[in-house]
Amino acid sequence: MMSARCVADMIQAIVFLPLIAFLIAGIGNRAIGNTAAKFVTTGALFISCALSWVIFIGLIGGAPAEDHVVAEWFSSGDLAVNWTLKVDILTGVMLVVITSVSALVHLYSWGYMAEDPDQPRFFAYLSLFTFAMLMLVTADNLVQIFFGWEGVGLASYLLIGFWYKKPSAWAAAIKAFVVNRVGDFGFMLGIFGLFMLFGTVDIDTILQGVPLAKGATFTFLGHQVDAITTIALLLFVGAMGKSAQVPLHTWLPDAMEGPTPVSALIHAATMVTAGVFLVCRMSPLFEASPTASTVVTYVGALTAIFAATVATTQHDIKRVIAYSTCSQLGFMFFAAGVGAYGAAMFHLFTHAFFKALLFLCAGSVIHSMHHEQDMRYYGALRKSIPLTFWAMVIGTIAITGVNYTSGYFSKDSVLFAAWESGTEAGRVAFFTGIFASLLTSFYSWRLIFKTFFGEARWAGSEHIQHAVHDAHGHDDHAHHDDHHHAPATGTAGYHPHESPIVMLIPLVVLSFGALFAGAIFNDWFVGGAEHAFWNGVIVHDGEFFESLHHVPALVHWAPAIVMLIGLTTAWAVYIRNPGFADTFVKQFRQLHAFLYNKWYFDELYRAIFVKPALWLGRFFWKVGDQGTIDRFGPDGLTAVVAHGSVVAKRFQSGLVYSYALVMLIGVAAFATWFMVR
Amino acid sequence: MLSAMILLPLALALVVLFLPGDEAAKARTARYIGLGTTLLLFLMGLLLWSRFDTSTAAFQFTERAELFGGLFSWHLGIDGISFVLILLTVFLMPLCILAGWDSVKTRVPEYIAAFLAMEAMTIGVFSSLDLFLFYIFFEAGLIPMYLIIGIWGGKRRIYASYKFFLYTLLGSVLMLLAMLWMVRVAGTTDIPALMAYDFPVKAQTWLWLAFFASFAVKMPMWPVHTWLPDAHVEAPTAGSMILAGVLLKMGGYGLIRFSLPMFPEASVQLMWIVLALSMIAVVYTSLVALVQADMKKLIAYSSVAHMAFVTGGLFAFNTQGVEGAMVVMLSHGVVSAALFFCVGVIYDRLHTREIDRYGGVTTNMPRYAIFFLLFTMASIALPGTSGFVGEFMALTGIWKVNTWVVFVMATGVILGAAYMLWLFARVMYGAQKNADAAAMPDLNKREWAVMLPLAVVALWMGVYPKPFLAPLKAPVASLMARLDRADPPQTQFTPLVASAPVQLAAASAGETK
Repeated sequence: MMSARCVADMIQAIVFLPLIAFLIAGIGNRAIGNTAAKFVTTGALFISCALSWVIFIGLIGGAPAEDHVVAEWFSSGDLAVNWTLKVDILTGVMLVVITSVSALVHLYSWGYMAEDPDQPRFFAYLSLFTFAMLMLVTADNLVQIFFGWEGVGLASYLLIGFWYKKPSAWAAAIKAFVVNRVGDFGFMLGIFGLFMLFGTVDIDTILQGVPLAKGATFTFLGHQVDAITTIALLLFVGAMGKSAQVPLHTWLPDAMEGPTPVSALIHAATMVTAGVFLVCRMSPLFEASPTASTVVTYVGALTAIFAATVATTQHDIKRVIAYSTCSQLGFMFFAAGVGAYGAAMFHLFTHAFFKALLFLCAGSVIHSMHHEQDMRYYGALRKSIPLTFWAMVIGTIAITGVNYTSGYFSKDSVLFAAWESGTEAGRVAFFTGIFASLLTSFYSWRLIFKTFFGEARWAGSEHIQHAVHDAHGHDDHAHHDDHHHAPATGTAGYHPHESPIVMLIPLVVLSFGALFAGAIFNDWFVGGAEHAFWNGVIVHDGEFFESLHHVPALVHWAPAIVMLIGLTTAWAVYIRNPGFADTFVKQFRQLHAFLYNKWYFDELYRAIFVKPALWLGRFFWKVGDQGTIDRFGPDGLTAVVAHGSVVAKRFQSGLVYSYALVMLIGVAAFATWFMVR
Repeated sequence: MLSAMILLPLALALVVLFLPGDEAAKARTARYIGLGTTLLLFLMGLLLWSRFDTSTAAFQFTERAELFGGLFSWHLGIDGISFVLILLTVFLMPLCILAGWDSVKTRVPEYIAAFLAMEAMTIGVFSSLDLFLFYIFFEAGLIPMYLIIGIWGGKRRIYASYKFFLYTLLGSVLMLLAMLWMVRVAGTTDIPALMAYDFPVKAQTWLWLAFFASFAVKMPMWPVHTWLPDAHVEAPTAGSMILAGVLLKMGGYGLIRFSLPMFPEASVQLMWIVLALSMIAVVYTSLVALVQADMKKLIAYSSVAHMAFVTGGLFAFNTQGVEGAMVVMLSHGVVSAALFFCVGVIYDRLHTREIDRYGGVTTNMPRYAIFFLLFTMASIALPGTSGFVGEFMALTGIWKVNTWVVFVMATGVILGAAYMLWLFARVMYGAQKNADAAAMPDLNKREWAVMLPLAVVALWMGVYPKPFLAPLKAPVASLMARLDRADPPQTQFTPLVASAPVQLAAASAGETK
């Protein structure tokens, strides 16, 4: 058994090593060079990762939860906020997910970013992100969660906009930050409400007080409302922003502008799961409000199906995976909504491995295809990049839930929980989830088939053309125009190469995770030993979890059946009968456009938020400030005075003296008044 | 000590005006005298800090001398509230002198003298304990500011300083009348005595409105804010820094020193005016900031939005609200000064404030980009920077008064991110579309010397603000005790955890909207 002192040292090392690495790489930057920056940041992360596993295994073995106060942050009246590092099993799960994926992504980036001129900055940002994320999950109070919450938002902003010269990149970065701020707006109000209700922001104290607060009401926006429900919903608004749930999801697909390792770390495995973590951390609060839980369930289910439908039509390989992430986060939320917090965390845990794997594989494909991301220009890649191919197949069988892979265990427990909850919302979530699973299987295999099978369609890609041209020199530039209109098939003489070893090692490690993490950890998260594992940290209903093992046969087999249907459909459409997809699109043009344009959310928001805001801004400025306040205020006065021009001139040129005079008169008046009274 | 901090810069301002030698030599000597003096004052400020007793709400370092046969007195002293603002002033002043080191080339001795005089007046405002003395400093402090805008300003400097003058005049006259009445009734000019004097409730309303006219202009609050964007746009960099950093704080200081303790009943009765104006200000000026094409105007409008958090927090009448308002003032003092300096840095190179003339500046000025980004984040209240602590505390406090106000003001969190990040992106990101902008060199040593202290303080206040909060506790507590008699509306609650289930009853006056 580890001593408390030892755990305190370890957790500090885990959290602050990435911060130190960030400072060294960030401030040192070009002065210390690429190699030093890479070694410092990656080294720090591997140490953090090793220590995290030590702590996690200790916790599984029954080590007690601990809370280490590092320093006071701020206090005012009865509001007191500390910097703390909390270690319990929920934190432990997040610690291993964050540091493992982060360490592997750091390593992977050695290869992926090898040609980038700005590497120290990139690695510094990655480490900064990791630090903020660790602060988030080790918080024992809501304000520190909020610190990490916005900190990861900052890192995400910086990394999405890493290639800042591209207007689309910085636009996506701003969008991510601002949309997240909408969520944070709700989160902040939720914290205020909690402080109002409990007089503290300390999570443990709040959760202990939840039973007492049941049924309490307060006035919110002029209405007498149920306190717990209101607060839970406000916190959930924050979770929706960070975890890209409808309707605050629009930033996530655009976030794919960032380098692919970033997508794997931030926009798949860790940051976007912070919302799920928050709901689980505050599980007694959500459990105390059936209304809030129902909302969580429906929002999760809606997102699961929405994102899955959109994913079936996207051409950009990263966008497919991004929507897939969005959809899987929906699964986690409806699991939490029906009260299966353990299942939600389990899916979060396994998803981190197979989704990071899928993104890193996509990165490897993109790397080998000279930064081409459009699947219409892929095809036949399995021979050229076999290791990536196999890793991606492993990721795909895991996400689609092929038996005994990690996705199989976690997704089934999520779906069974939805069914067994017995509520209407739960049943809706179950059927939605089953249909979303079908689509998941379809779009995941569609990605595999379009990328790795069929004919090579590389010739149509501008990126490939550039690559070929660069290789052949510029003497055959005359052919350039021909290539643009070249038929979509053919290799254009391009030879994709498998990625370097530093990129392949993370793929192999994550492949093991994607295959076996479910089987290994199933018992602890949901499958029998979970009561001791969670140890009261999240709400856990033993009977409910027991019932997951006895679902009706049809429910039991449903995920596997829809997985096979999705696979066969994808095979029929993209391998067996390659022309079918186009025919289908022509037949259902409007449906396709609706899905391809992501249900027109962006257009809608532009029309109802962005444009009116700019219009109002101009209106207030021109009509309010200049047309009204100034016109009838100072300018009007000037005009009146200027009428008797001479006075005005004197007034303006000597205004300091006039002012001094006015003040003197005032002083004199003051003195007179005082003396004669 | 306080007298020395006022008289020393005044004396040196005079010395600077009468320097011998040719133009260049005078300019150089003046700059060094200016820097030396302000640094010396900063050291004196630190000395104050080391000897400051945070456990008491009483005024410290008091000095008193009767002037004009007892008509009024040279009465100085500070409590925690005035102390932190003096600390802010002496911290920013040397940086302002450095900021204008190279860019101001004409009439340098006068320029330095104006800054030294302004520093003296500002310290005077924050430390005077005599109503009459306060009035003199409060009004006289603006004269150097007029000069700075009017002489070293941009093209429309006359218009800007004129507008500034008209607004201020309006407020001052009313405040002066109110002061005369007060002294007549209370029979004293002593501020601590007036703070404890109970004016008739009916009279308080008029007195409050008169003082409010003056302080609202200084803050500035919507709708008397329109002088600020013009003043900032025309002022030289250092002028903007000191205007945003220190002068705007006089309004907030006035409210907390005069309006709240002297007219508690009126403050509570009229709080809805302040809260309503604050709500409007946040949304209105944030939206206006969104569409600005001039960098300085954008930041000026954002200042109005930030100051609304100060007024909102003060009129929440609780510890979190008032302390939060103070921290917002300190943070805004540092961060807005820093942002105006950031604008100044590239203005010095390209001589335009138009956002569209820049673009892709990160490529040629990466170090500058780091600082600009840090201050942008501090401005939009990212946790871990100074901006967060104050806004969070202020909003926590306001929640106890009315959730609508919090709801509306917190939208500033979203809009603030939108306009600041868009500004940053248009200047720093994208392609380098203009050759002259692409050729700008990165920060020089002098600019580093200004940026670094500002950055350190912005982070320090964000991560460990305790040293800045400590002096505030005692005076804010005594202010709360003073306000109790007016029975400010607060949603009453007993923390649920400490006791058995409690009814969360809204207090009679609270949440009636």
